[in-house]
Amino acid sequence: MTIIEDTAPVPAPGGSGDAPLLEVRDLHVEFHTREGVVKAVNGVNYNVHAGETLAVLGESGSGKSVTAQAIMGILDMPPARIPQGEILFRGQDMLKMSAEERRKIRGRKIAMIFQDALSSLNPVLSVGYQLGEMFRVHQGLSKKEAKAKAVELMDRVKIPAAAARVDDFPHQFSGGMRQRIMIAMALALEPDLIIADEPTTALDVTVQAQVMDLLAELQREYNMGLILITHDLGVVADVADKIAVMYAGRIVERAPVHELYKRPAHPYTRGLLDSIPRLDQKGQELYAIKGLPPNLLRIPSGCAFNPRCPKAQDVCRTDVPPLYEVTEPDGTPLAGRNSACHFWKETIHG
Amino acid sequence: MAELSKNDEREATPNVSEVDVVDAHSETEAVAAVEAPVDRGEPILQIRGLKKHFPLTQGILFKRQVGAVKAVDGVSFDLYQGETLGIVGESGCGKSTVAKLLMNLEQATAGEIFYKGQDITRLSGRALKAVRRNIQMVFQDPYTSLNPRMTVGDIIGEPFDIHPEVAPKGDRRRKVQELLDVVGLNPEYVNRYPHQFSGGQRQRIGIARGLALNPEVIICDEPVSALDVSVQAQVINLMEKLQDEFDLSYIFIAHDLSIVRHISDRVGVMYLGKVVEIGSDEQIYDHPTHPYTQALLSAVPQPDPEAREHRERIILTGDVPSPANPPSGCSFRTRCWKAEARCAEETPLLAVPQRFQGGDTPANHESACHFAEEKDVVHAA
Repeated sequence: MTIIEDTAPVPAPGGSGDAPLLEVRDLHVEFHTREGVVKAVNGVNYNVHAGETLAVLGESGSGKSVTAQAIMGILDMPPARIPQGEILFRGQDMLKMSAEERRKIRGRKIAMIFQDALSSLNPVLSVGYQLGEMFRVHQGLSKKEAKAKAVELMDRVKIPAAAARVDDFPHQFSGGMRQRIMIAMALALEPDLIIADEPTTALDVTVQAQVMDLLAELQREYNMGLILITHDLGVVADVADKIAVMYAGRIVERAPVHELYKRPAHPYTRGLLDSIPRLDQKGQELYAIKGLPPNLLRIPSGCAFNPRCPKAQDVCRTDVPPLYEVTEPDGTPLAGRNSACHFWKETIHG
Repeated sequence: MAELSKNDEREATPNVSEVDVVDAHSETEAVAAVEAPVDRGEPILQIRGLKKHFPLTQGILFKRQVGAVKAVDGVSFDLYQGETLGIVGESGCGKSTVAKLLMNLEQATAGEIFYKGQDITRLSGRALKAVRRNIQMVFQDPYTSLNPRMTVGDIIGEPFDIHPEVAPKGDRRRKVQELLDVVGLNPEYVNRYPHQFSGGQRQRIGIARGLALNPEVIICDEPVSALDVSVQAQVINLMEKLQDEFDLSYIFIAHDLSIVRHISDRVGVMYLGKVVEIGSDEQIYDHPTHPYTQALLSAVPQPDPEAREHRERIILTGDVPSPANPPSGCSFRTRCWKAEARCAEETPLLAVPQRFQGGDTPANHESACHFAEEKDVVHAA
């Protein structure tokens, strides 16, 4: 059985040999609280290339957002601590950079879109002012120039009558329009990578479709890398190139999008796929993963999923499964596929 | 009152095969203009022309009304014994206001809600209290809908304080423990507090509280939308099991169209305070005829990457108009790609479109569109 080094970079799904834009290596994040140490991220590895969309899928508490915050460098430290790991942006470890150097990357090279646009925008400043701030602070433009740039940006994210609305305040916009402003803000400095943390979760489906469309269009236009953090298997299927599934602070499965839905190689992924009702057919009783996601203060020994897993054996309770390389039954490697399950063979082929 | 005393005698145990659901009064019900399909019997709830307008006022001392937010603007539907009616729509379409009206938590501006033939919008005092026992609610947010200072036993047992006839004082603890068992929680948890439970467990507590009085109708307002995917399935399965066990009727309000399809027998689609299309789950999902339903369904991301290139997407432009100032005629016309002059002048009624009437086609269901046309948007071409 081939085991890849947990720190080894995974080849891009296209097989293109170029270096990834961003690479997270063996990242650990923990929070020191009164009750003890919460291990939110326990050795995460993923990478994203220019023009590529990586979806990070997981339930609440799986560590998907904490990883993103670590990349952005917006974790509150303390209580957070990064005891181990590297975050390489274009080959340079951002964790070793000075605060000043990171500031130059944040916003300019890597930007983030948050879930809740209303609480992410300042309610007492006009959206034009807030968009213009990006240009005033980072590029030293004058107020007038910055405002003109803001109108341009609002146009680009298809806000109707941008010139007339540039002085409006966030509460005067609808949820979908506010999320467009967030996207505009992220795009302002034409970053290489955008991290979108549940960008459409608070939106209605018709508006969600508009916003995801816009994001995909802009990504193509600028050839940006996109890390999409979500719990929605539908959204992922629509936009992602490759997926990393997280559970209890670890990646449990990695695969190109078509592969993952066709034949999952981890019982958790399989359980998730079976537990969602379908729109196009009336199903029977839903498969339900038993139990609850683990308390991060007391992560189960061995495989963190073992108390909920229908396939769990003794070895699962004692040995933490590494990220195995997934192959066809005849041993042909499957590019970009990994599973952190001792019994991945049975799961995918059985 | 007399007709309710019968229910009061119902055994409050979770063992439900004994629950007597035969309605002795169904024959005497005289609600006009209801063509109920023969096999479903009399509806348990009949909603007719329900409206809720919230006044918009101006001025501080002498408030005068300058308009109204038409949150619910003429909604009619039936709910039958043992069935689940799903209500879907985007935020602001009035689906939660409908729930509140059905619970009599809001006073309707106009319209009637018949529970077994009795108009509950006109009831007050003891008569209302008696009806309320039979219509219970499960709320969306299991974090804010449970009092953090009360134990689980007190939360689930509180309905018994209001309706002591259901459970005599000495019997309550046993009843609460039975309810915990029914919803899949350990009966020994009665003395724990809500914060000691996870989201899914809290929603089970909310469901147990809803079941405490042996209701016939449970109104579920987004009961699983706050839960993680792996826990949603558990709660949905529990709700389906309880429905079979207790012969409950559900009104299931949600914005997640896949979940609604899974649990519902019939589905109503709401837009700006009105029901625009209603029918069986198959009629709505596989044979929608209203353009809004089609747009809504086509926008749902499906967990199937193969389908992404082959599905037709109808991307609506703009946002939902303000319910304080809805468009004339058909309220969907401002976003509709089929809209013509007629749509601005003439409000389409919710009825089986003429061209489909009498036809043996799944399109033969109520749809409020002048240009209703069948279109499958859910299945990949």
